[in-house]
Amino acid sequence: MLEIKNLHARAEDNEILKGVNLQVRPGEIHAIMGPNGSGKSTLSHIIAGREDYEVTEGEILYNGKDLLDMDIEERAAEGVFLAFQYPVEIAGVSNKYFLRTAMNSVRKYHDEAPIKRKEFLALLKENLEKLGMDKVMMDRSVNEDFSGGEKKRNEILQMAMLQPTLAVLDETDSGLDIDALKIVADGVNALRSPERATIVVTHYQRLLDYIVPDHVHVLAGGKIVRSGDKSLAFELEEKGYGFLQEEAVAT
Amino acid sequence: MIATEIETYQDQHAAFQTGSSPDWLVALRQRGLDAFTRLGLPTRKLEDWRFTNVSSLTKTAYDAGTNGLTAGDTASSEAIAEASDLLQQASLDEDYHRLVFINGRYNEKLSQIHDVNSGVVIDTLANALSNRPGEVQQQLESELDFNDSAFAALNTAFVGDGAIIDVPEGVTLDRPVHLVFLSTGSGRTLSNPRNLIRIGKGGKANVIESFMGHGDSYFTNAITQVTLADSAELDHHKLQHEQVGALHISTTGVDQKASSRFRSHYFSFGASIARNELDCLLDGENIETTLNGLYMPTGDQLMDCRTRIDHAMPHCNSYELYKGILDDKAKGVFNGKIFVREDAQKTDAKQSNQALLLSDDAVVNTKPQLEIYADDVRCTHGATIGELEEDALYYLRARGVPADLARQILIFAFANDVVQGVELPAVRRHLESVLLDGHDLSEDIL
Ligand SMILES: Nc1ncnc2c1ncn2[C@@H]1O[C@H](COP(=O)(O)OP(=O)(O)O)[C@@H](O)[C@H]1O
Ligand SMILES: [Mg+2]
Repeated sequence: MLEIKNLHARAEDNEILKGVNLQVRPGEIHAIMGPNGSGKSTLSHIIAGREDYEVTEGEILYNGKDLLDMDIEERAAEGVFLAFQYPVEIAGVSNKYFLRTAMNSVRKYHDEAPIKRKEFLALLKENLEKLGMDKVMMDRSVNEDFSGGEKKRNEILQMAMLQPTLAVLDETDSGLDIDALKIVADGVNALRSPERATIVVTHYQRLLDYIVPDHVHVLAGGKIVRSGDKSLAFELEEKGYGFLQEEAVAT
Repeated sequence: MIATEIETYQDQHAAFQTGSSPDWLVALRQRGLDAFTRLGLPTRKLEDWRFTNVSSLTKTAYDAGTNGLTAGDTASSEAIAEASDLLQQASLDEDYHRLVFINGRYNEKLSQIHDVNSGVVIDTLANALSNRPGEVQQQLESELDFNDSAFAALNTAFVGDGAIIDVPEGVTLDRPVHLVFLSTGSGRTLSNPRNLIRIGKGGKANVIESFMGHGDSYFTNAITQVTLADSAELDHHKLQHEQVGALHISTTGVDQKASSRFRSHYFSFGASIARNELDCLLDGENIETTLNGLYMPTGDQLMDCRTRIDHAMPHCNSYELYKGILDDKAKGVFNGKIFVREDAQKTDAKQSNQALLLSDDAVVNTKPQLEIYADDVRCTHGATIGELEEDALYYLRARGVPADLARQILIFAFANDVVQGVELPAVRRHLESVLLDGHDLSEDIL
């Protein structure tokens, strides 16, 4: 589904990614771990299409198509979803409107009719309940005056409504207490299916107790320095990232 | 019409004065013309006109349409056809009272005045001047100081028609009154409408003024005079949709007495040059004044918004929010004067001006001007100038919203609090559809 080949990228004069390779097949869950500043968010944003980064080498194929050649909104409409590490506040636009416009934009892209108001509201209600969110939040501006945890849940709500094919969760666990973490994990697991895939970007092993990954990768110094199964996450938890960074410098 | 290099309006005025008018009116108009002649058109050397160049007016003559002022419907069938067309775009709600003026003259055919409570007057100035001149004399003569405003003087020189809305003590006007000012024909018409709105003690009303036109070289020079007695309330809306090419100059003077409430909702979209002056005198205690404005120039448009809030008495509140959205090479001017007189203790005055620049070539000049002579007051003002937030655009697009719609949504969101200040649903819907610019998505927007 997703093939990242020898990806090099920079922002301003800063070389951030220095040859990332990653292959994600349908039905899989991948975890990307790594120390702060190693480029995890950069990689996530490049998948979503943020224009601040310049890809200097390499390519990304999504279902065989050149992902880097697609507009941001086209990627989203084709099923790519990034849960932001720092969700953006939009004053004056209600969550409800935001969600409905997003859903209808994706539908329009696929030549489908807009979702009926009733149908939308029913779906929204169902997902709000699952995520333990208060419906009054939907009439408030997008992420404005939301707590850190509320913002993260709101990202998962958007994911649940949009039902993406490839979801990238960038540190969705940070700032969540254990109950919220379980709710978020349930949301992710509910989307699990043979056609979909998820990349979980995280700093801690904790989330992986609830979202069990098929593959774990360690990003350090702009490269994936280790890949393994979920036992790698435990190893990291024990030893920390220090030894891996040394490996990265050595190569 | 005699086109001279510098139009002095002397000949047009002489023709205009030949009707059978009361002596005081003839004298008033003459004073207006004399003041206009003495003042001349403002130049950019004047502090208040630094950013707004009206020198094109000195090179071209406008036709003040001085014939048949008292004869009622004078519009040609052609003009009426054009006007009906415009009216379709201007129309808000069939239930509203509607007074239509074509090139400054009332048109009965296109107007619709429903039954009103006893004592309420919804009429034209022309009619009042013919039949009950005494009722308007005082307000016309004394309440507007045109001695330092050339355009107010010009309007006075040709004063003759406009709307009159009188709401007596204790009466709430059941339907909003929609005043529609249309300019038609390809000629260089000048209209000088003068509207008088008077709300008695405890009375309430909603008024909307719409401005539209067909030709691209006309000139609207409008004045509205508002007086609010104790505890009176007025929501005054202005929808400025003049044709690009047109010049729109207008002054609204508001005289408020104790415990009255005035809310202005100003929306400016059209004209090549649009200058709007709003002067409020808070002449009593416990008054509330709210001035909301949204101006959206594009292309080469210039929009100059001036407000003046004069706190003369204690315990009054004023709230002011003006927002500008400027694209292309457009220019915006915001000048907000607030005076707090010595007696006006416990004044609470808030002013905010925010501008959104959608292009590198758009400019806005903001000047808050606070003069405070009382010591126990709360006055705050703030001005911000910014661009569309890239992060917000990215976020919307990352959820599948196409870039142009994402921009439109953010522009809408920026303007939305000004729009939501409007309580009349038909007016709000009209504004939402203008702002969404063809994107049919207003249903859930906050
Ligand atoms: N837009 C940007 N402009 C300049 N530098 C950036 C930008 N985004 C990220 N960086 C830099 O790239 C490095 C990796 O950042 P990031 O991808 O956020 O790391 P992580 O998510 O792994 O903590 C950091 O040194 C960061 O300062
Ligand atoms: Mg990060």
